[in-house]
Amino acid sequence: MSAALLAIDMPAHADTVPGVHAEMRGVTRVYAGLGGQSGVHALASTDLTLRRGEFYSVIGPSGCGKSTLLDVLAGLSRPTGGTISFEGRPVDGQVPDGVGVVFQEDASFSWLTVADNITFGLRRAGAEPAEVARRLDYALRLMGLADFAKSYPAQLSGGMRQRVCIARTLVLQPRLILLDEPFGALDAQTRLIMGDELLKVWRETGATVMLITHALDEAAMLSDRIGIMSARPGRIIKEVTTGWPSARDSRVATDPGFGRITADLWSVLREESLKAIGQGNLR
Amino acid sequence: MTRVGFLRLLVVGGFVLVLEAMCRTGLISPRILIAPSEMALRLAQLLAAGKFNADIAETLGNVAIAFVLSVGGGFAIGAAIHALPRLRRAIDPFLASYYALPFFAFYPLFIVLFGLGRGAIIAIGFLFGVVAMIIATLNGFDRIPRVLVKTAHVYRMGPVSAALRIKLPSATPYLFTGVKLAIAYSFIGVIAAEFIMASSGLGYSIAYAFNNFDNRTMYALMLFVIVLVTIVNALFHGYEQRLLRRLGC
Repeated sequence: MSAALLAIDMPAHADTVPGVHAEMRGVTRVYAGLGGQSGVHALASTDLTLRRGEFYSVIGPSGCGKSTLLDVLAGLSRPTGGTISFEGRPVDGQVPDGVGVVFQEDASFSWLTVADNITFGLRRAGAEPAEVARRLDYALRLMGLADFAKSYPAQLSGGMRQRVCIARTLVLQPRLILLDEPFGALDAQTRLIMGDELLKVWRETGATVMLITHALDEAAMLSDRIGIMSARPGRIIKEVTTGWPSARDSRVATDPGFGRITADLWSVLREESLKAIGQGNLR
Repeated sequence: MTRVGFLRLLVVGGFVLVLEAMCRTGLISPRILIAPSEMALRLAQLLAAGKFNADIAETLGNVAIAFVLSVGGGFAIGAAIHALPRLRRAIDPFLASYYALPFFAFYPLFIVLFGLGRGAIIAIGFLFGVVAMIIATLNGFDRIPRVLVKTAHVYRMGPVSAALRIKLPSATPYLFTGVKLAIAYSFIGVIAAEFIMASSGLGYSIAYAFNNFDNRTMYALMLFVIVLVTIVNALFHGYEQRLLRRLGC
């Protein structure tokens, strides 16, 4: 089977600016307060540009609005202010066609088999049975789930369930994949392996990837570029370019450059993390 | 069979045997209770003669209709209320105190509204079961992981599609509580309503036998109701266990 089976087609709409796949301009998000309490300012005026085909990670102190950033970019929640576009079209309160989202929490459907989980979106979209079978077969093999097609999620480990969720997203051939701390609940070794698998998926599909993570090493290892967010209300205050070749895996962690990138990230993030826990003066 | 299962069988079997002995030795007068074996024998005679077939079919039909309406209606109403938090806060106390109402005190009202027929009986069975299902649906929907609701948005599902294809299966373990109560309440509501406002059906037949001092028929029909309800519940329980095991609950 062709490795390019899941590779993305050319977008339906050309990017307004060449190379710019998705963009946020001055996006803010305030959550309304309950019963007269003042609202929570989750996102300060945030600018973000995702280039077509890049692997971009967002790191930031806990509670800085990383997930809010992903939610508004995905169209899962409306921004309070500012504009968001995907492939030149505005995003406003609905997930655009071509965007896939993977969450931290287990989002597998416990009542469906692995195969039915993976093909859920395809069947909803009314894809041809032969096409469904072909994409299922490919996704099962890519994510190492071929022996578990008939299993139910309850019979799988946490890492495998997350693979099911990634496979479920992949079969829809998203051009932009948003991942919200997808490996947050997994143990360290499984996370490294899953990181490598994510890189493989990224290379094979050619999709743009945005990964939200709290793990510096994960961001440093996987990304082309990394955006660092400030303490709440969050915004991206610095971007770091890693310069890794696209054919990379978790072994870049042994590269001398890896330590430098991680140190770079931490020098900015440390201060923001201290602010986030209310110890901004501890220098 | 498990040890516990065996013990359970022993308890029931022992109780029946003691009852049998007490009836046979005259410790319990046949005017009060007939021996279990006699109930079974009489029931077999009645079933073989087909004397109550029409009544049984009618009651089962009423229960089935009341049950389906309770579960379907309760789920739909529960899902709608869940989507309207303000309405829910307003009617929560009514739902919570619903079963404090002595329902059968209002039976004349049901006769006025639905006439002297199946309608009023099914209505009582339905009204008895539906609120249990509404409460179970609200409870189940409260426990749906937020990430699944988000996933429904990612798939751009509308409210009805999300309710049926994501929320319903996700809340299934909690909905079962409602379904089980709806089964029980449908039986209770229908048979009790037949006692007071029917001219046919199992409830009516039991009351008729009682009024005519026909102890043997009365107890045979009671035995039939017990066996029937036990079988229905056992079948449902087996199905529930199989499903829950698959869901990893």
